[in-house]
Amino acid sequence: MRGLDNGRIEWSPRVQQHFDQCLQCRACETACPSKVPYGRLMEATRAEAFTQNKWPRRQRIIWRLVMRGLFPYPRRMRLAGYGLKLYQMTGIQSLVRKSGLLRRLSPKLADIDALSPVADKPFYANREAAQIAPTQPLRARARLITGCMMPLAYPDTHRATVRVFARNGVAVDAPESQLCCGALHAHGGDIEAARNLARQNIDALTPQTSDLPDAILINAAGCGSHLKEYGHLLRNDASYAERATAFAARVRDVHEYLVELGFAPPRGRIERTVTYQDSCHLSHAQNIRSAPRDVLRSIPGLTLEEMRKPDKCCGSAGIYSVVQSDISKRVLAEKMEDVLSTNAEQVCTANPGCMLQLDAGIARFDDERRMMPRSTHAIELLDESYKLGDQEQFD
Amino acid sequence: MKTPTALVHELIDAIGEAAVVWHDEDLLVYEYDGTIDRGNPDVIALPANTEDVASLIKIANKYDAPVTPRGAGTGLSGGALAAKGGVIIGMNRMRRILNIDVENKTALVQPGVVNLDLGAEAERYELAYAPDPSSQRACTIGGNIAENAGGPHTLAWGTTTNHVLALELVTADGEVQWIGHDTRDEPGYDLVGCVVGSEGTVGIVTQALVRLVPRPSAVRTMLAIYDSVRQASNAVSAVVASGIVPAALEMIDKMTIAAVEPVLNTGFPLDAEAVLLVEVDGPQSQVDAEGARVEGILNRFEPREVRSATDPIEREQLWAGRKGAIGALGQIMPNYYLLDGVVPRTKLPDVLDAVYEIAERYRLPVANMFHAGDGNLHPCLLFDEREPGATERVLDAGGEIMRVCVDAGGAITGEHGVGLEKRDYLPWIFSEADMDAMKALRAAFGPTENFNPCKIFPKGHGCGEAGHQHAQHQIAKFGPKAFV
Repeated sequence: MRGLDNGRIEWSPRVQQHFDQCLQCRACETACPSKVPYGRLMEATRAEAFTQNKWPRRQRIIWRLVMRGLFPYPRRMRLAGYGLKLYQMTGIQSLVRKSGLLRRLSPKLADIDALSPVADKPFYANREAAQIAPTQPLRARARLITGCMMPLAYPDTHRATVRVFARNGVAVDAPESQLCCGALHAHGGDIEAARNLARQNIDALTPQTSDLPDAILINAAGCGSHLKEYGHLLRNDASYAERATAFAARVRDVHEYLVELGFAPPRGRIERTVTYQDSCHLSHAQNIRSAPRDVLRSIPGLTLEEMRKPDKCCGSAGIYSVVQSDISKRVLAEKMEDVLSTNAEQVCTANPGCMLQLDAGIARFDDERRMMPRSTHAIELLDESYKLGDQEQFD
Repeated sequence: MKTPTALVHELIDAIGEAAVVWHDEDLLVYEYDGTIDRGNPDVIALPANTEDVASLIKIANKYDAPVTPRGAGTGLSGGALAAKGGVIIGMNRMRRILNIDVENKTALVQPGVVNLDLGAEAERYELAYAPDPSSQRACTIGGNIAENAGGPHTLAWGTTTNHVLALELVTADGEVQWIGHDTRDEPGYDLVGCVVGSEGTVGIVTQALVRLVPRPSAVRTMLAIYDSVRQASNAVSAVVASGIVPAALEMIDKMTIAAVEPVLNTGFPLDAEAVLLVEVDGPQSQVDAEGARVEGILNRFEPREVRSATDPIEREQLWAGRKGAIGALGQIMPNYYLLDGVVPRTKLPDVLDAVYEIAERYRLPVANMFHAGDGNLHPCLLFDEREPGATERVLDAGGEIMRVCVDAGGAITGEHGVGLEKRDYLPWIFSEADMDAMKALRAAFGPTENFNPCKIFPKGHGCGEAGHQHAQHQIAKFGPKAFV
């Protein structure tokens, strides 16, 4: 980046390739005692290249189609989701996977297929949130960011999130007009799209500055770290800068907020050994490491067994697993070795991308070793334990 | 568009396109290490195994291209820089811990293994790898071997050379040899001892059998806070004179605290002139007894406070402050020039005074954090290389500080190596005959002239580098010889 800045090198396809091959996991920020904000530097450098149209043409077209044409539109995303559902329910997917036809046609498409979520649950509707009333005296009001992919891929994580907070006296709602948070756009360098999405989300979630929610909740680490950057993102926007800073100050990762509030200890026993994969944008970008572990350790019967290097990236990294699938698969192979060398029966993480990636890893590497179920979000285990505890009490 | 040379073609044929780096944009990140000098390699080759290394060396020899081994590039004397261009052989892909023998307390590792990763793996078996350079999060065992790296805990345990039992070495003519033995001593010359600290000038290590040590059952880490550097360094001398060998004995001065404390929250008081970090370890009874004695000595020099870390987290925080110190200096100035003088421990107070005086005269901020117990100074001159003339001023000041160390009966390197940076100063401590003897030893390993050229020994053709003229300038000022 310094070379680009002082003119020693130009933005060439090779330089672009190096930027594209960076996971942006931000482990470098954890390592750096001078606290150099590499994440921001990377995004700013990519943004400069993007706005000056220095990207290769093909990449630019795909970006505009998918990142500008699909992700910001919940209805289009949902349509794609139904398409996926159809593809899976009709059995075409398993047929395609067994035949290996897709891999022969296009290895890239086969990689995407391997990473596709299992769309076997009803998609999440934002209105569901407000229908769950707090079961304890009201302690706080929060808004949930539901995101672009979570409602389709992991609707139950949202359901669990709302129940867990209701169980702790937090009323949660999820405004309908919210959109994708724009994290993928910002990481990629499409700063204009990211800013537009940020403005719309600020309007949707904090329409009145006089009446801010106590917390803006997010259960996806990648989105959380970006939402906390809204102030920085819109710092030069006169009409939004202040609101963006106020917004960012309220953003809380779900684990972070649970620990901050002091959550009720769950009672239901879950006899299971799990291992926890630190999502990079939770550990390195937000410095949240102990909260998810505190949540897991609070569950009776559950054993948390740490893997080697739990805060090493799994290779998901937003759209990286699709765009740089070869490197991503190599990173994943190392991660799975660490996961499978523990006694864990399930792997737990804090971000939808990581869950998709780990599930692809389990499908590829676990078939002969043990029957590991799909990965899960810590909050789902907490929800399960609450439910079991309440049942026991009822019985 | 740049076209690959015949050398590049042949390297690609040997180890594959993905493992050979030769485009200008890509070479950029291989031109520096942790210090000031720069070197411009023609090509980087990243071998996957010993056979790759051997064939790469043979190809380089065929084209008469210099070979420079490289680990993580965190070195502090220019050792991993391609001073004369040619091929850099980067060992980063060979990063597997091949075996840990718990009963015999050894580990067989590839050279690209990161120091801290070996430590973490050893910890699973209640063992430790003792040498712990401050860059241990990044630096590799191969690089540690090349530079005979030290670290805070080498005061009691000794530097890397005390922890390497055997090595697989690819020599300058591409032959693979095992030297050393898995027992502590072997008959004949200590060849492993010759290779450790040879700064990559005799061959490339492709496997190493290293010692692991038991983790101490008890540890006590003390922080002593002083209102003057002199009090702190007198306390160091007194601890050393008492006959106790602490596991670590480190000093950190005010400038360093100013950089470290705001980001790492270590608990070093910002208004202290110097703090000492002292650690004793072993069985609980020994820790109690030695800890009490050390505390008594520290208290004799009127500290503001002596406190002990009460739990492992607090202890880790104190060490994070020490080990992150150099990295944190970036908050004060963008560049640093880290020196590595070693002096008799009784001379510490006087030499430190001289260091502060020189830095002031050259108008350079200086931060000191170092292995006080070893008498191993690390004055760190802070500057901004974009400011015209700053680099030259720093190099001049550095030369003067080195001379002060030499005049005090010390040497120009304690643990970072001579490398490219200090080779011109070698005649300050060795005679021509001494250096000839060393060159003869190097030659015994094979045709090594092209192997990491321009390192350790002064002179050499085509080794132009920034520091050279300034070193000549200092040598002219002080004369070529000190106490040979």
